Amino acid sequence: MIFIKLFITFFEIGLFGFGGGYGMLSLIQHETVESHHWLSTAEFTDIVAISQMTPGPIGINSATYCGYTAIHNAGYGHLMAILGSATATFALVLPSLILMILISRMFMKYMNTPLVKSVFTGLRPAVVGLLAAATLLLCNVENFSTPVDFTASDGTFYPANPWQFFISCALFAATAFGTGYLKINPIRMICYAGIAGLLLLY
Amino acid sequence: MNTIYWEAFRTFFRIGIFTLGGGYAMIPLIEEEVVNRHKWVAKEEMLDLIAIAQSCPGVFAINISIFIGYKLRKVRGAIATAVGTALPSFLIILAIAIFFKQFEDNRVIAAIFRGIRPAVVALIAVPTFRMGQSAKLNRYTIWIPVACALAIWALGVSPIYIIIIAAVAGYIYGRWSKKELEGVRRS
Repeated sequence: MIFIKLFITFFEIGLFGFGGGYGMLSLIQHETVESHHWLSTAEFTDIVAISQMTPGPIGINSATYCGYTAIHNAGYGHLMAILGSATATFALVLPSLILMILISRMFMKYMNTPLVKSVFTGLRPAVVGLLAAATLLLCNVENFSTPVDFTASDGTFYPANPWQFFISCALFAATAFGTGYLKINPIRMICYAGIAGLLLLY
Repeated sequence: MNTIYWEAFRTFFRIGIFTLGGGYAMIPLIEEEVVNRHKWVAKEEMLDLIAIAQSCPGVFAINISIFIGYKLRKVRGAIATAVGTALPSFLIILAIAIFFKQFEDNRVIAAIFRGIRPAVVALIAVPTFRMGQSAKLNRYTIWIPVACALAIWALGVSPIYIIIIAAVAGYIYGRWSKKELEGVRRS
């Protein structure tokens, strides 16, 4: 039953999603793309783009979108897909609700103890690794195309498209430089990339 | 409907609808509404709540809204603020998802997203380095993120296991260095 799977998956993501929106993306990507195959890498990347450009936390945005798309891709209609997005979003929020209430009730005074702090100290470098893994997993043929003919492990054939590959790499470099070094707003950078795509990759 | 629940819901709905760029962009707005306008929480306590909400798992904006809702009216207050924060995103994304499904085969939309995808990958790559800096990695700890990334990327290990191992390792290291410290003090 896909709804129960959806619930359990996003509950886990809510429970283990440390390190803010981006840290959580690594979990969402691994669960929905790599392990359950509810979404393709390209669909996941589109969801991240849309989550960036719309108001609200990235975690909620992508849970809502993933829930909808997962059910829709499984062949159900709009109504069931809406129920899917509600399931995913509720499941993502539920662990927070339980944990924060428990902390408010009895653990507030322990949150500043050295032992709890050392747990978070251990998590911090791991979250950096999670983000790095998400980046590496997204650097694939679906997002960047390919300079030579390429057959994926699932048998899908991607014909060589050196032009799109070259433009993709240039857009990657430009966005990294623009947001990381020149501090251009990410939303504006996505818009520029979209315009470049329309002009160069139509 | 002029109860504190409604007020709390409305406040966080407004915060949810007006913040672009994810949870951390919400902090100034939350402070303005919760500390300055409604005076639900004092400024110093707010800083503590933000620190805890950041280090806990889950969506930061949801975590902080649950803290404040719970402070106001226990569990029912927490539900009111959590729903308030999540609802705007939920409705907007749902509308886009339904809309986008009908246009994803459109050639113009497809071209735009072919340009956007590599840019989004860069948007995730940049904070990787920024978080690496703020985690104060040095040459003795740099192997940790590298090993975690390789385990997930090359071996297909679930990030959830990485999180659990890292938390346990942090705990053991904390206990161990505490004992070391006491040992030094005793001798």
